[in-house]
This record gives sequence, C-alpha cells and structure tokens, in this order.
Amino acid sequence: MLADKDRIFTNLYGYQEFALKAAQARGDWDKTVDLMKVGQDAIIEEVKASGLRGRGGAGFPTGMKWSFMPKAPTPERPNFLVINADESEPGSCKDREIIRHDPHKLIEGALIAGFAMRARAAYIYIRGEYIFEAKVLENAVAEAYSAGLLGKNAAKSGYDFDVFVHRGAGAYICGEETAMIESLEGKKGQPRLKPPFPAGAGLYGCPTTVNNVESIAVVPTILRRGAAWFKSFGRENNHGTKLFQISGHVERPCVVEEEMGIPFFELIEKHCGGVRGGWDNLLAVIPGGSSVPLVPAAMMMDVPMDFDGCKAVGSGLGTAAIIVMDKSTDIVRAISRLSYFYKHESCGQCTPCREGTGWMWRVMEKMRTGNAEIGDIDTLYDVTKQVEGHTICALGDAAAWPIQGLIKHFRPEMERRIHEAKGDNMLEATE
Amino acid sequence: MADSAAIPNEAETSSKWGSFAFAPEYKAKADMYIGRYPAGRQQSAVMALLDLAQRQVGEETQTQGWLPVPVIEYVSGYLGMPYMRTYEVATFYTMYNLAPVGRYHVQVCGTTPCMLRGSDDIIAACKSRGLLKGATTPDGMFTLTEVECMGNCASAPMVQINDDNYEDLDHSSMTAILKGLAEGKQPKVGTQLPGRHTVEPYGGATTLHAMVDKNHDYRGEY
Repeated sequence: MLADKDRIFTNLYGYQEFALKAAQARGDWDKTVDLMKVGQDAIIEEVKASGLRGRGGAGFPTGMKWSFMPKAPTPERPNFLVINADESEPGSCKDREIIRHDPHKLIEGALIAGFAMRARAAYIYIRGEYIFEAKVLENAVAEAYSAGLLGKNAAKSGYDFDVFVHRGAGAYICGEETAMIESLEGKKGQPRLKPPFPAGAGLYGCPTTVNNVESIAVVPTILRRGAAWFKSFGRENNHGTKLFQISGHVERPCVVEEEMGIPFFELIEKHCGGVRGGWDNLLAVIPGGSSVPLVPAAMMMDVPMDFDGCKAVGSGLGTAAIIVMDKSTDIVRAISRLSYFYKHESCGQCTPCREGTGWMWRVMEKMRTGNAEIGDIDTLYDVTKQVEGHTICALGDAAAWPIQGLIKHFRPEMERRIHEAKGDNMLEATE
Repeated sequence: MADSAAIPNEAETSSKWGSFAFAPEYKAKADMYIGRYPAGRQQSAVMALLDLAQRQVGEETQTQGWLPVPVIEYVSGYLGMPYMRTYEVATFYTMYNLAPVGRYHVQVCGTTPCMLRGSDDIIAACKSRGLLKGATTPDGMFTLTEVECMGNCASAPMVQINDDNYEDLDHSSMTAILKGLAEGKQPKVGTQLPGRHTVEPYGGATTLHAMVDKNHDYRGEY
C-alpha cells in the first residue's frame, strides 16, 4: 500500500482547512519560484519524464500535450490554459475533493503549468452543480491574489499570470474539450470538429491546452519531489499515484489515493472493506466511469488498476471511477440507466448520437422488461456499432460501449428475460 | 431545466418582469464576472449572468428562481448579444429553469451509482411527502426533479436542494430533511451518516490518519 508520505492529496478528506495558511503548512506554495526558475522547457521535460498521463480519462501524456503549445505567443494571440473541472462522468467524484479540500494544489499547478506552456491565463471551468466547491475555489483564488501568488509577477517569478473561475450550468458534454471552449465563449456547449486542435486554435481562436484538475494539481508535487519519485509508482507506461473513486455495492464507498496498478481486489479489500455480502456476491464492475464497458466479476479480481490493465480486459481506466455491482443488481437496468444518461446529455449536434442515444435507451428499456425479440439484441448491437465512431466527439462512443459490454458479457441474461416475458419455460423446452 | 409547471402566459410574464434590472449587488457581481474575460469577449459571461438573474428572480419570488423571457432579454441587452444567442444558452443548460419552480428545488440524482445505493428509496420518500417528479407541490414549497450524475458517487445516494447537497441518504433521512425544510429549519448538509466526515471510508479512514486531528506536514518523512 502507498505510504501516507507519498500521497499528494494529504487533505483529501477535508479534516483540515483548505485555506492558504493551512495549505502552506502542508507544503503548498513552498518556494514556487524555484520550481519555475529552471525554465519552461525544463518543466515540460520533467513532466514528460515523470510519465504523467492525463487524469481526465483519455490518458494522453500531459507533458507532451504541453509541448504542442506555441513557444512564442504574441500579446494579440496569447496562449490559454483551460482546466477541466466539469466532472460529470457517472462514478467520478475526485475533482470535487481536490477543489473543496486542496484547492491550492490546483491553483499552484495552474501557475506552473500555465508558465510552462507560456499561457497568459488559466480558466478553471467548474461544473455548475458544484456550487459549494466553486465558492471554495473562488475564495482560494482570491487568497492567492492577495498573497501575490497570482497576478502581476506571480509568486515573485517575474511572470504575469491570472486564474479565473468559470462556472458551468449543467451539461455533461462541456467536459469535452472543444465543447468546453465553446461554453467558455458564452455559447451552447457543442463540440467542434478537429482539426484545428485547441493547441492551434482554441479559446477565442488562440492556442489552448485543456487539462483535467487532477493532472494539473499533481504537477507541483512532481516537480518538488522529482520525476523519478512519481515514476517509481506503477508499471511501465502507467506511472504515478491516482485518486480512485469507488461507488456502488462495496461495504464502504470512498475516494482514496493509491499507486497506479494496484490490483482491483487489493484496492477494494483494503479501502472499502470488500464487496457487500462477500466477494462471491460480486457480479460485475465498471472500472473507469460510465463510459467504459463493464467487466464480469471473474475477470476483474486481479486486474492491475491502470490504463493498460483495464484495457487488457476490454475496458478502460477512464477517470478511475469504479462502480461495483453485486448480484442483487438488475444489470440490464443499471446499463439502461446509463443509456438514459447519454440520451439526456447528447448535445444534439450529430444525428447518430441525437437519434441513436434515444433509440438505444428505448430498446434497452425493452430489454429490461424482456419485451423484445431475441433478434433485437443483434439489432441493438448493430446500432451501437453505427453510432460508435460516427460522431464529432466521443459521447456517441461512450453511449455505445456500455451496451456493447452488456451484450458481450450478459447476453444469456438478456435472452432469459425475453423468454420469461414470453412465458417460454426453457427447462421444459429442453426435455 | 425542470420538466415542471407550464410557463405563465406571455402578458402576465411581461407585466411582471418587463422592467427587470440587476439590483446593485447583482450588478456589481455581473460586472466582476464580465471583467474575467478579454475586452470584447463579454459574451463569455452569459452563463454567470443568467445564473445571477435567476438568483435575483428567486430572491424576489422566494423560490429557487427561473428565467422569464424579459429577464433573458435584459441579460442579452446587458452583454450586447442577440436575444437568440442568449436564449440558446438558457435552453441548453439544465440549471436554468425556464418555468417557475418552488421554494426548494429538490434534485434527486438517479444515475446508476446513486441507483445502486438506493435512489429509488429517495424518490419514494419524496413521493410519500407529496412530491411528484416534474411537479411543484400545491403549497409552492417543493419542486421535484430527477437529475443526472451530480458527482457525489462515493457518498451516494444524494440530493441537491437549491445550493446544498445532502449525501449518504436513505428513506428516513430524506424524509427528515424534507420535513425540516417544510418547517423552516435548515437540515445538516453533507453526509447524513453519523460519524462520517466526507468521502473517507465510513467508520474511519484507511489512510492519512495523522491528518484527522492536526494539519500534519508529511515533508519531514520524505
């Protein structure tokens, strides 16, 4: 188990104050200027060397993303950092804890990351429903300004940098980076076609990098303790520590920081007191938030909880939002409810998603009650394949994958319901 | 927005809200938000201003607030945007109410992580207090909406009522919260599990014990 001294988010549970003085006593904002002195390219190289991969779900190497930003922005066309705090993926609840309990890690990270990518300012886009969290963040930003850590000559670094908070208003799609940029510009949050990528033309047409809250908030600690320290955790290509969020049918749901690659069984046993009703009662797990396919119990036990480990069982680490389901779960309903979520959150721009999410949900509801034909399962699968990959953003894929996972692993259960609804008795039929 | 009561008729709405303007404290905030964006990019503040406007309407009507058309027009004018661009934003995001809601907007999360932990019981508790999905109670106190994932999954099930989250709910704690609000009391916000602080494992954290009682600095142990 990761030692407490190697945890980055030491105030994760908010036992202590978030305020600047308390955060400084924990080590935040400690000689930030020294971290910046090494120069912009050296910071990017150090982040690259740490092996940090984006914590928002896609796992793109953070340092490499920063290196795409123009090295000599002009005042007319400045670089921007946008921090994605629109945490809305069902199962995900880690950015909320960072923001309400350790906001200064995020703000210090914003300054360092913004400096490294030569940004003029950072906008932190926080989901509208995080009302209390946004207030905490606003307070923390104001504290940082009063202490001279932001603004002109931020933290006495000689670099001018602003951090602004922007509240969303309830739209999952704004977590998609180009939809977020549209929303920041005061429009409805519909994703843009790429290219151009945000690093070329993003916010207000200026070069922009969008990073997840956790990716930014870990940066100061990585620089303080060195890339080698961060890289010493986890397997090759899957380094560092990570906030895991465990929800559903475990004895004690929680958010906890652990080493990447911790086996699923160990994570749940140590921090969550095991599965409700014992390990034999485990049915299936969604290991990375609602957008990734579920994994049946038997395949999940020894999976190392990292990008490659989850990929090897046909799923994904996503945001490390682990949704655990025991045998009392109506598995078809659990997935159908996610289908409803995607129907509700589709922005309506692309036809396969706008029409497909509603269609898939309606058919999933039929599957839930068994009011369908066996062939409908194949039709449903075909439709998910037509939605997948045919939309501007990944919401279409995210709506398709949970259903594909269900059909792949629980087709017999779907068929059983159809037979039951028809009054067929399978046992008699085989006599 | 809440799938709730019909929008009042146009004449009534215009006569009531036609002269809407930001009160001084709301105006000060609006101008502060506009100042966060580059010159000429004031449209970026539209989300913040719609929220402020809804809050001011809420204050004036003793509800969570909503956005009558003349209020949306006012925000458009304030930012120099065509009305339709503002209307697009107001209709796209769920937190803007396009019809009046009650004093308390009870938003029960029903997405899978909350569903697995018993959000059906929370909806049932609402129903037994007379709250029906998509409707406002006759006394104007409560509007019930089932919402999508609110990001409180490790302390599910949860409900957001106006600006406050109530987490780790069950039928009886939800009933108690609704009863308390109806009686004009402010229930305890956050987790409803006795002894749980936030999102640590219930019964005691498995990590970071030194942080519980004092602001521990781990740097000495590196």
